[in-house]
Amino acid sequence: MTAPARRRRGRAIGLLALRRLGFAVPVLLLVSFALFALAKASPFDPIERYFGVRIIGASPERIARIRENWGVDRPVVEQYLAWLRHAVAGDFGDSLSLRQPVSEVIGDRMGWTVLLVSAGFALALLLGLLLGTVAAWFAGGWLDRAITATSYTLEAAPVFWLGLAALYVFALQLRWLPGGGLTDAGEALGVGQVATHIVLPMSVLAISQAPWFVLFVRQNLLESFSQDHVVGARSRGLSDRRVVLGHALRTSLLPFLTLVGARLPELITGALLVETVFSWPGIARATVDAALNVDFALMGALTVLATAVVLLGNLIADVLYALADPRVGLDG
Amino acid sequence: MGDQRTWRPVPRSRIAAASTRLPPRWRLIPSAVVLGVVVLAVLVVPLVVDLDQQLVDLASANRPPDAAHPFGTDELGRDVLLRCVYALRVSLTVGLVAALVSSAVGTAVGALAGSVGGWVDRLLMRLVDAVASVPHLLLGIVIVAILRPSLTAVIISIGLTHWLTSARIVRSEVLSLRSRPFVDAAIVGGSSRGRILVRHLLPNVTPQVLLSTTLMIPHAVWHETALSFLGLGLPPHEASVGNMINDAQRSLLTGGWWMSLAPGLALIVVTLAISGLSGVWRDRLNPRRRSELTW
Repeated sequence: MTAPARRRRGRAIGLLALRRLGFAVPVLLLVSFALFALAKASPFDPIERYFGVRIIGASPERIARIRENWGVDRPVVEQYLAWLRHAVAGDFGDSLSLRQPVSEVIGDRMGWTVLLVSAGFALALLLGLLLGTVAAWFAGGWLDRAITATSYTLEAAPVFWLGLAALYVFALQLRWLPGGGLTDAGEALGVGQVATHIVLPMSVLAISQAPWFVLFVRQNLLESFSQDHVVGARSRGLSDRRVVLGHALRTSLLPFLTLVGARLPELITGALLVETVFSWPGIARATVDAALNVDFALMGALTVLATAVVLLGNLIADVLYALADPRVGLDG
Repeated sequence: MGDQRTWRPVPRSRIAAASTRLPPRWRLIPSAVVLGVVVLAVLVVPLVVDLDQQLVDLASANRPPDAAHPFGTDELGRDVLLRCVYALRVSLTVGLVAALVSSAVGTAVGALAGSVGGWVDRLLMRLVDAVASVPHLLLGIVIVAILRPSLTAVIISIGLTHWLTSARIVRSEVLSLRSRPFVDAAIVGGSSRGRILVRHLLPNVTPQVLLSTTLMIPHAVWHETALSFLGLGLPPHEASVGNMINDAQRSLLTGGWWMSLAPGLALIVVTLAISGLSGVWRDRLNPRRRSELTW
């Protein structure tokens, strides 16, 4: 590519990113407003939840004052705009179930979830590439059949069931690894403690996500074996290894990039369940608590946050795809 | 097969094995048999054995698998296999109804977008993209939280989160059908928009919709199971697969591994059977396109 062409391409990719960001804003507004409206339409009165049983003894003046302070009687749109003003400034209100500002709840837990998700994702990608390539290399052989069959079976298994099985075997029976939490009881938080505690949740998350990647890599690799550039490489007398790893795998990885982005919602869902099984102190527990206690402030913030993460992931995947493959069109 | 350029880094003898797919009956027969047995069990067993009669039998509680109880008994002495049949009955019913609901929603949206076109199409497809950006389970949790956990809440939650695929399929099918001569003929013949949609377009997308509904059932069952496992699904006394695994979680700590074994295995087997069957069906319907998501 010539220098001006490359510059043009760079600008087009920048425009794509901007367009995607432009799409993200209305989506986030829509999602947050829908959640807000649902919360308001639901029969739960936040004031009653705040008081709990004590509402019987509370004076009507006090209830009226809190009602006034919270502004729950104003129109929904007005309340939403007020919420939005605060949310943009980073203030998502107070969580009713944990009695703590929402931003604090998320701030405390976010890091652990990000750690778990990224470690699990990296491991899943590694497994997917490795096993997918092996399966395609030995296509039709027993190793391929074993890998493919295992992938289909694991794909059908619920992730929390896999988590329980791993918990039982490795933590309760073999006692190789700790079964839950972040540290052993009474131990200080340290790198060593976290490193041993993350092994099981991370592996379970990876194993539940990997089958899809394995099957995808295998399929794409098999299809690329009959493409011209691979046949060409083969006919030039390159070794099998060079042809598969250097030529076939590299081109079949391109669509992989966008699909990695598309896989983020599944990953978040899986992390939610894995965290629950292994009592990992991430946002999953907070989500479930929030749902059980109808804690809209926390639930809304978490959902909007997860949506933002997914949109950002898709954006990054698309930009990477466009950067990696000059043939990709940039109009969509 | 016929493609001369096909080359694989494997001995020639294996190329034939890999490139000629297994004949359909290799997937069809086992899947159909498994699914048949499960459906029969789910329908017939509750007629023959009454769960209430052996609701609690503390004398035989917490037994590991033996001849009388192939998957053991739970902490109240109930047979795990029998409970599992009841659980599958609940889970499959929820999955079936929820898949139908989500397909109906998806078909309505997709048909509207595809047949009206223009800004309605763009708006609806943006809506699909927007909903697709919210993680399914999280959205499902919010919906269940607002409606309070119950059977209806779970079905609504699945229906509102899983309609995207069928909406996309129906839209693209309708778009491609719209330009076919028989639709032109209908327009020339004076049919109204609604009549063309109902009489000409929808009947032609029905096979695709049914297929995607079938493929949706395992997803719906999985969603219900996950919600129940988190304590946000069906009420705890209702035996569903998720509730059973959730209950078994406590026994696991005291060594009762068998209580979670049967529900998990049952779920895997049923999922594989359904996706195997729909894989054969999809190959018949659409021989050129194969996805890696079903076998």
